[in-house]
Amino acid sequence: MALRQQVLVLYLKSSALDTEVIGWANYDGTGETAHMAGDSDDPPYRTGIGALRDGWRLLQATPLAPHATGDEYRTSYLKYEFFFEKLVDADG
Amino acid sequence: MADRNLLNSRQMAHFTARGFLRFDAVVPDSINRAFLCEIGVVDGVDQNTGIDGIAEHHARIMASSAVPVVPAGTLLADAYPQGCALGKLMALPEVLGTIESLVGKGCLFDHHFLHVTFPERFFEAEGRRNVSQHLHQDSTIDLRRAFDVQILYFPHEVTREMGGTRFVPGTHLRVVSEAAISRYQNILGQQHIVCPAGTLFFMHHGIWHGGGVNLSDHLRYMFKIRLCPIVRQTRLWNTSDLPEDHLEQRPIFWLNKQPDPEHIHSMLTRPEPWHEQDTGRLEYLNRIRMWRYLLGDERFDADYWITRVENEPE
Repeated sequence: MALRQQVLVLYLKSSALDTEVIGWANYDGTGETAHMAGDSDDPPYRTGIGALRDGWRLLQATPLAPHATGDEYRTSYLKYEFFFEKLVDADG
Repeated sequence: MADRNLLNSRQMAHFTARGFLRFDAVVPDSINRAFLCEIGVVDGVDQNTGIDGIAEHHARIMASSAVPVVPAGTLLADAYPQGCALGKLMALPEVLGTIESLVGKGCLFDHHFLHVTFPERFFEAEGRRNVSQHLHQDSTIDLRRAFDVQILYFPHEVTREMGGTRFVPGTHLRVVSEAAISRYQNILGQQHIVCPAGTLFFMHHGIWHGGGVNLSDHLRYMFKIRLCPIVRQTRLWNTSDLPEDHLEQRPIFWLNKQPDPEHIHSMLTRPEPWHEQDTGRLEYLNRIRMWRYLLGDERFDADYWITRVENEPE
């Protein structure tokens, strides 16, 4: 059995997994699909919970860090990033 | 002074909130055809014959001097010969007025570039994958309150299949480091430019964007020019439509009627689909601060967002 990793990155409206998806990316280690920037205007799931229910395993979530002094109002990278994975049998 | 059409206050508020202005088919066909002819597109973009490869095509256009080679920091007024297509484009009243409204008279030329997006068969011939460009912010981390403007000129019709520039409205005030945002493949509310020939976009330098993948049979051309102000960008537009009650506050949250969506305060506090629940509010604050800069009046606020957090009675 040759296991390959599929990675789904979701950006949510807040730190709660049951809030809406506002950004997303897919990286497929099986080579069966090849995603790229701008390839979809509709999120794959409405919320983070939707991904869990579809079998994606949560790997990592952005920690909530205090705001750096003097930088409290600056906006930068998307704040609520969640990494998911599926392990797929590439031989299967 | 040549004729110029200055922007109005709602257009400026739109630029402040969303980071771009769009002018469909504002460039006459005679200029579009002249520009394409000058860069060697003889019979329109349907004609791809005679193009050896991606690098060769770029090199041929660069070597042809069809697009002038201009040092960064040149006065815009000295950048383009008057008789050429780009000189005529820059003299259009809409272009003169929009540039003056955003970056003022006497602005400087930063750089320009002709972006050519090739169809699939060119990549197949070179054994490469035809992909879209990652999302990015141009240049590098930029902490200024002043801003540069990038003009995107589409000299021919762009269909959805041709992969027009993708951008995310409202991202221009986010401070990120160029391609560090490449991981974001898709963002809710992203737009893919589909437009008629002669369309211009004026974009804040900070807007997140990337070239689309060209899935058509035709080459796609887009010419980009970056301009820098040499004056403070305060009240450069036609401010005659600013309402007298512009500095007054409106009732918020508990209302007996829906607020006017065309009110400038509404425009500055309208969320984008991708806004996070909490940082979307920070975007309002940052827009209001940009509007204060444009207005030259630190008393301005919209819906009390900054007044509330600046209130520290002694």
